[in-house]
Amino acid sequence: MAVNPELTGRTFPPTAPYLVGREKIREFSRAVFATNPINLDPAAAQAAGYADVVAPPTFAVVIQEGTLAQLLAEPDSGIELTRVVHGSQQFSYSRPIVAGDELVAQLSVDSVKTLGANAMVTAVSTITDASGAHVVTATSMLVVGGDN
Amino acid sequence: MAVAAVHTLASLTVGDEIATETYHLDRGNLVRYAGASGDFNAIHYRDDIATEVGLPGVLAHGMLTMGLSVQPVVDWIGDPGRVVDYQVKFTRPVVVDPKTGATVSVSAKVGAIDAEANTARIDLTVTYEEATVLGKAQVQLTFA
Repeated sequence: MAVNPELTGRTFPPTAPYLVGREKIREFSRAVFATNPINLDPAAAQAAGYADVVAPPTFAVVIQEGTLAQLLAEPDSGIELTRVVHGSQQFSYSRPIVAGDELVAQLSVDSVKTLGANAMVTAVSTITDASGAHVVTATSMLVVGGDN
Repeated sequence: MAVAAVHTLASLTVGDEIATETYHLDRGNLVRYAGASGDFNAIHYRDDIATEVGLPGVLAHGMLTMGLSVQPVVDWIGDPGRVVDYQVKFTRPVVVDPKTGATVSVSAKVGAIDAEANTARIDLTVTYEEATVLGKAQVQLTFA
């Protein structure tokens, strides 16, 4: 099954709100070797001008993950997880993610490009806060292998 | 306690190496990242499945490599909130041996300076077994 080129331009429903917890940020920080006090200590974060501990730059993947699950679950996508390789990743922030944020992600498929037997799918997840303001855009390029 | 701004844009020169760091990964680090991120793909903890799908062994999550590679830059600038953009291409896998693990090295250099926007682009070179594993690994820092 090949990737459906008609995915291009498709927009998915927003994910359920994700409440960013202080302990989740600490857990994720430890997992990526983040040792800055602003990631771990609310007092240090507040001294630097933040409401609470700040998530490491790649933490947005946790919220983005829900949108990639939507893409894989799309009945006509033609994307099988076992054939997917992560090609590239980008996070573009308007402001950092902080404990206490309630975030929603909305996926749109920017492009589907075919290169030989492979397809390259660019998935853009726009993450906003409870006020609707933009926080970060997470963009993944997925390389989907073709039938052998 | 205010956090002092240690580095200013004016003090930077394109090409300067601002940070280097070495990280040792073992299987426990992969399990920890799986739990923290929610990425439970079995190629990151099961040798039999990694072999079955044609991989040379259990791999570190690409997002773990991306996540740790920015940390030397965060430590240098002193504030994770200064990272306004971060992108990488995943060009080679990091194979984590069950006994000896894997060692990943990061070098961060000033790639470009934008005085008008008050930002600098930091370029990362991330290597494992003397080959780069990330391409176009770029971190945008704001100094505003």
